[in-house]
Amino acid sequence: MNTFSQYIIHLADDAIIMSQRLSEWTGHGPVLEQDIAMTNIALDYLGQARNFYQYAAILLGGDATEDSLAMLRMEHEFKNHLLVELPNGDWAQTILKVYFFSAYQKLLMQQLVQCNDEQVSGIAEKSLKEVSYHFRWSMEWVLRLGDGTAESHQRMVYALGDTWMFTSELLEQPKYHQGWVDYASIKKAWMEEVAKAFSEASIEWPHGPSFQTGGLDGKHTEHLGYTLAEMQYMQRTYPNSEW
Amino acid sequence: MVNSGYISLEDVRAILQSVVDPEIPVLTIADLGILRSVNERVDENGDLQFEIIITPTYSGCPATDLITTQIRMALFENNIRNFSIKTVLSPAWTTDWMNDEAKEKLRLYGIAPPVGKSTDVGLLEATEVACPRCGSKNTKLVSAFSSTACKAFYHCLDCLEPFDHFKCH
Repeated sequence: MNTFSQYIIHLADDAIIMSQRLSEWTGHGPVLEQDIAMTNIALDYLGQARNFYQYAAILLGGDATEDSLAMLRMEHEFKNHLLVELPNGDWAQTILKVYFFSAYQKLLMQQLVQCNDEQVSGIAEKSLKEVSYHFRWSMEWVLRLGDGTAESHQRMVYALGDTWMFTSELLEQPKYHQGWVDYASIKKAWMEEVAKAFSEASIEWPHGPSFQTGGLDGKHTEHLGYTLAEMQYMQRTYPNSEW
Repeated sequence: MVNSGYISLEDVRAILQSVVDPEIPVLTIADLGILRSVNERVDENGDLQFEIIITPTYSGCPATDLITTQIRMALFENNIRNFSIKTVLSPAWTTDWMNDEAKEKLRLYGIAPPVGKSTDVGLLEATEVACPRCGSKNTKLVSAFSSTACKAFYHCLDCLEPFDHFKCH
């Protein structure tokens, strides 16, 4: 597999694991409206994942399809960031995860729109609109929880403690990158954006290091295997079954 | 049309005018801007082929597959088989493509039409959205997401009716 298709699969994997994780909130949201919000965002990610997997399948050729890429690869073949595979935790943790990820994805898509590959730039153009909406929505929740009650604030602090160590990987340049994106500029803009929101939300900038990496190269946390087991169950138990 | 033997580009366009959005049946896929264009070309065998270009509203919109099926059905019913349907992502779909007539149809159906241009949306639905039933602007955003990806959920504080707002996108 060349670096081009690896990179496209990396983009698709992030989207599908985000989608799978967020869809776990279906029927469990704190209120109906936010339950719907989560599932709508999950659906946007699923659409992004399909677009990228379909393109990767064309690049790979043979019998690769969007379904085989999503449903028949093992965890060491997935190239998503560790952050997206983490369990949802409580509402604060999920919100923070969506916020960190959409802040990154918004900056990423803004640059991918400019890339010289027509298909990637088209998918990015489409995704950017949706991602901007996820970003605004999750940021409003970060502000509301961080600057809300004593309990909501405390939960944001705990959520930050559980997720911060995974954020540096989010801003790392994958070794199979295609030269379309300036990851250093994403990192700088992401840090500024998050610092601004934290200050407004009365959340103290985390002191701890952010050191967890490996997802981009298929070295995942134990959580991904369980997620894939659930996501891929039908296709593995009833091979070639169709909806 | 069916038995005339010759199907023109205009015939195909006219047939596609009857294809409505499965979630909002008062609007056609042309009204919504999902139908981008219909072209004709002569293929390598010298046969006429119609190419129908559509674009999804949102990446994950489940209606897209159904819309493709509806297009196929509408053309099959008219004995047209020499066509292909192509999905394009760029330029990305925007509510700016919806004309005033379509917006009015949406309002009469009980959905507040998109307000303003997609380029000037502020922080989460900062715009004033008028209630599609009583016209009052005294409304409140309940959720940034609603029954479908393209809508947000509002509540009218005057007539007290809840309603969907077609998000400016």
